[in-house]
Amino acid sequence: MVAQRLVEALRARDDAGAWRVSVFAEEPRTPYDRVGLTRYFEVRDPEELALGDPALWDDPLVTLHRDCAVTAIDRAARTVTDRLGRVHPYDELVLATGSRAAMPPVPGNDLPGVFVYRTLDDVAALRGWVEAKRASFPAGRPVRGAVVGGGLLGLEAAGALTTLGAHATVLQSGTHLMNAQLDHGAGEALRRLINARGIGVRTQTVTSAMKPHRRTGHVGRLEFADGGRLDVDVVVVATGVQPRDELARAAGLETGERGGVVVDLACRTGDPHVWAVGEVACIEGRCTGLVAPGNAMAEVVADRLLGGEATFPGADTATRLKLSGVDVASFGDAHAGTPGAVEVVWADPVAGVYKKLVLSDDARTLLGGVFVGDATPYATLRPMLGAQLPGGDPSAFLLPEGGGGAPSLELPDDAAVCSCNNVSAGAVRAAVSEHGCTDLAGVKACTRAGTTCGSCLPLVKKIATAELERAGVAVSSALCEHFELTRAQLFDAVRVADLHTFTEIVERFGRRPVAADGTPGAPGRGCDICKPVVASILASLGNGHVLDGEQAALQDTNDHMLANMQKDGTYSVVPRMPGGEVTPDGLIAVGQVAKDFGLYTKITGGQRIDMFGARQEQLPDIWRRLVDAGFESGHAYGKSLRTVKSCVGSTWCRYGVQDAVGMAVALELRYRGLRSPHKIKLGVSGCARECAEARAKDVGIIATERGWNVYVGGNGGFTPRHAQLLAEDLDDETLVRVVDRFLMYYVRTADRLQRTAPWVEEVEGGLDGVRAVVLEDSLGICADLDAAMARHVEGYEDEWRAVLEDPVKLARFSSFVNAPTTPDPDLAYVPERGQLRPATDEEKRSGAAVLVAGPRLEVRA
Amino acid sequence: MSTITDVGTAATTAWTTVCRFDDLAVERGAAALLAGPAGPVQVALFRLVDDRVLAVQQLDPFAGANVMSRGIVGTRGGEPTVAAPLYKQVYSLVTGACLDTAGYAPRPGLAPRLATFPVRVADGVVSVGLPGAGGAAGAQERR
Repeated sequence: MVAQRLVEALRARDDAGAWRVSVFAEEPRTPYDRVGLTRYFEVRDPEELALGDPALWDDPLVTLHRDCAVTAIDRAARTVTDRLGRVHPYDELVLATGSRAAMPPVPGNDLPGVFVYRTLDDVAALRGWVEAKRASFPAGRPVRGAVVGGGLLGLEAAGALTTLGAHATVLQSGTHLMNAQLDHGAGEALRRLINARGIGVRTQTVTSAMKPHRRTGHVGRLEFADGGRLDVDVVVVATGVQPRDELARAAGLETGERGGVVVDLACRTGDPHVWAVGEVACIEGRCTGLVAPGNAMAEVVADRLLGGEATFPGADTATRLKLSGVDVASFGDAHAGTPGAVEVVWADPVAGVYKKLVLSDDARTLLGGVFVGDATPYATLRPMLGAQLPGGDPSAFLLPEGGGGAPSLELPDDAAVCSCNNVSAGAVRAAVSEHGCTDLAGVKACTRAGTTCGSCLPLVKKIATAELERAGVAVSSALCEHFELTRAQLFDAVRVADLHTFTEIVERFGRRPVAADGTPGAPGRGCDICKPVVASILASLGNGHVLDGEQAALQDTNDHMLANMQKDGTYSVVPRMPGGEVTPDGLIAVGQVAKDFGLYTKITGGQRIDMFGARQEQLPDIWRRLVDAGFESGHAYGKSLRTVKSCVGSTWCRYGVQDAVGMAVALELRYRGLRSPHKIKLGVSGCARECAEARAKDVGIIATERGWNVYVGGNGGFTPRHAQLLAEDLDDETLVRVVDRFLMYYVRTADRLQRTAPWVEEVEGGLDGVRAVVLEDSLGICADLDAAMARHVEGYEDEWRAVLEDPVKLARFSSFVNAPTTPDPDLAYVPERGQLRPATDEEKRSGAAVLVAGPRLEVRA
Repeated sequence: MSTITDVGTAATTAWTTVCRFDDLAVERGAAALLAGPAGPVQVALFRLVDDRVLAVQQLDPFAGANVMSRGIVGTRGGEPTVAAPLYKQVYSLVTGACLDTAGYAPRPGLAPRLATFPVRVADGVVSVGLPGAGGAAGAQERR
């Protein structure tokens, strides 16, 4: 990895082409992202782990010798010899041999079924072993795995085992997990999070022997120094690494006490023509097994080879564990080893959160930090290492986002924001102030910040937002004056805190206005912005009927009346017609209802029938008739699934290749009632002719000879968008699963009133990011999304039927509290093309209009 | 129950019993139809979370429709408010002042504010006061 960075840096800066580079790689593939090794289990394609631009290896000045380890260095002759005995001369030699997985000297460590976790081959072998074991077991018998080592790599390995469907127990010799980076409290918080993912943890456990299974001879049992035992089918050893300094030793170069080639701050060894970078380099007296310092060394050597004077800036030992569902980060003096250091800790064991800042003795200068469960402050605080924190109370940085409002940090222009692409805070600001970027997507495209690992994106967004504000562009992610959070943040907060009423939510997460004397007051009672958002969140999380109890007061008038308010205060009524399919009897019933109640009727764009002019006191009577005729709510009033439009498909159409109507009906029945940040529309076309206009929908499904193609992010409206291809040739079951996940991911993370098209753009990684989440489970949330959708499907009830069965809810539909069935006396209509429409003011004044009720006319029958 | 709200009760105020206090849902309006000196008057009643009851005109001056009782109740800087359900203007429930016109202009002949009405709650019964025949204000706020 570090060698790749070196070549990349050298080729980027060596404009004159002064250097020709030969790279000797032991592995038979181009350099790949070892940090992302665990992703291999999800992506299963080594190409996905490719590092940087593959065109680098096509550069005529770069030669990559794969599967071609160097076996000897002759410093006097300035040559190296490869494993095939070929001799290559050099002017300058850079050692980037990395390290190997350490294997503790435990009896039985060479048994079949004991693996290390270092290379793609290791990982592929581990996967093959687990799959073979499972195949050999009777159904239901799990593969039991153990991971020796509770550090960063061990936890990743344990996560990998569970991804493979095996049980995993992490065995840690120290007192807590990740003891190099975390203090005890953080380690305990991490243990709870790891346990919650179904992974066992044993601390203070030293493995004394690995024993073979008596029948297979494979590893079958671990024995511990304390006398304990654990039956296993597979063991992964992740106890650390050893620098691969054997070449350097043989060449007579100085090595460190604990291995590694000793280099100075220019990364030069004792030999002026030999350099060392990465894990093999012993710099400032030690080797580091992290990629960031390695990349820094690569940059130093590239600079020196080009005549520069760069020196190693010091090892940035910040680490972040990217295990799905487990957020851990640590930087600086995490153990508070600095004399006089003070620690500020915020722990919420219920939520599984532990956060700590280490500060100088005057509690001003940031020396380090540890975050478990919620590492959001990490991106902001890490660049402040060694700097003074603004504001009086450092604990403000640890409070949940939006809760207390951390003071805004003003990073110096030269602070590194994106270490992957070496983008400074100043460059992000310049993207806004000089290049006219107005949103995160623009800043990303302009600076490349956040385009690699993405962990800095929150910080990039924050800096760009601050700069936009400075330029007078108003940007606030706060929902309204009552909540500082965005809808997505509030959704997570409500879900995690398991809250069920607006009062609870506003008390816990609402903004408290601060009085002049600084004391926080009571939160407000919401508004027409946040109440419908909370209503939608509660509905998405399955809190019963939208008109139950306090929830009823949160609903927009349309949701409250379960109908769409029109300009004169009456409502339109839309019964669901799944897939646009309706029986003749159904049509007759709808027509009869419209006729009996004098409703104006029109066919909607979503292939169903809208009936206008229903007064609120009429709605229950109208719906009683519709429900009796077999109809149910069409949710035309909700920010929810509207319709699944379809063409007639293979059932009748001579061109159709799949049953579009059948699929549309199934999908509409599955997602009916699903509350979302904005309305959702689906379309299903039975062939590529696309008569259902599915690509104008949030989810468009188009039949192919082999199955279904899914497109997402389309809409009509103010800013029309064509949906983009998400996945191809899916079978029915996979199609439903993909749509399930897409919709639920959208429901959970989109902003208020954000339709799928802008949401897809804003998701980290855009459409590729959405694809990674819903198809490859890159966030490890698919099981959760699936479960949430299963709950939705299971919990569905027809909202109108439920109202008709409940006298309390029915009472809401009275026209007047003191005259429940009296129509609004001001309503007036005129005939037009054989139906009624609301009268204009002029028509009312001139007396041309028919008043529905009031002083001059009796109520219409 | 004692009097909760009793705003500007003039000697000429005519009180009408409207409903039981328990008929009103918290933070969800209800319309009431009253007989005024010049014809029917529609009033929107709001029961707040502290059990105060406030009344404003039911006519939405920006939409020209009788819908104010169907708006969302909330607060703005601590002031109880209702948002018009059609075009989302926000009004103070205490003063009737429009706090946010949402970029719209009121309908011709209508003022961008809501008339308020005094409310009494006694023995669990809600009454609304209308200005009597000699009252200065009309049934609905006019420009």
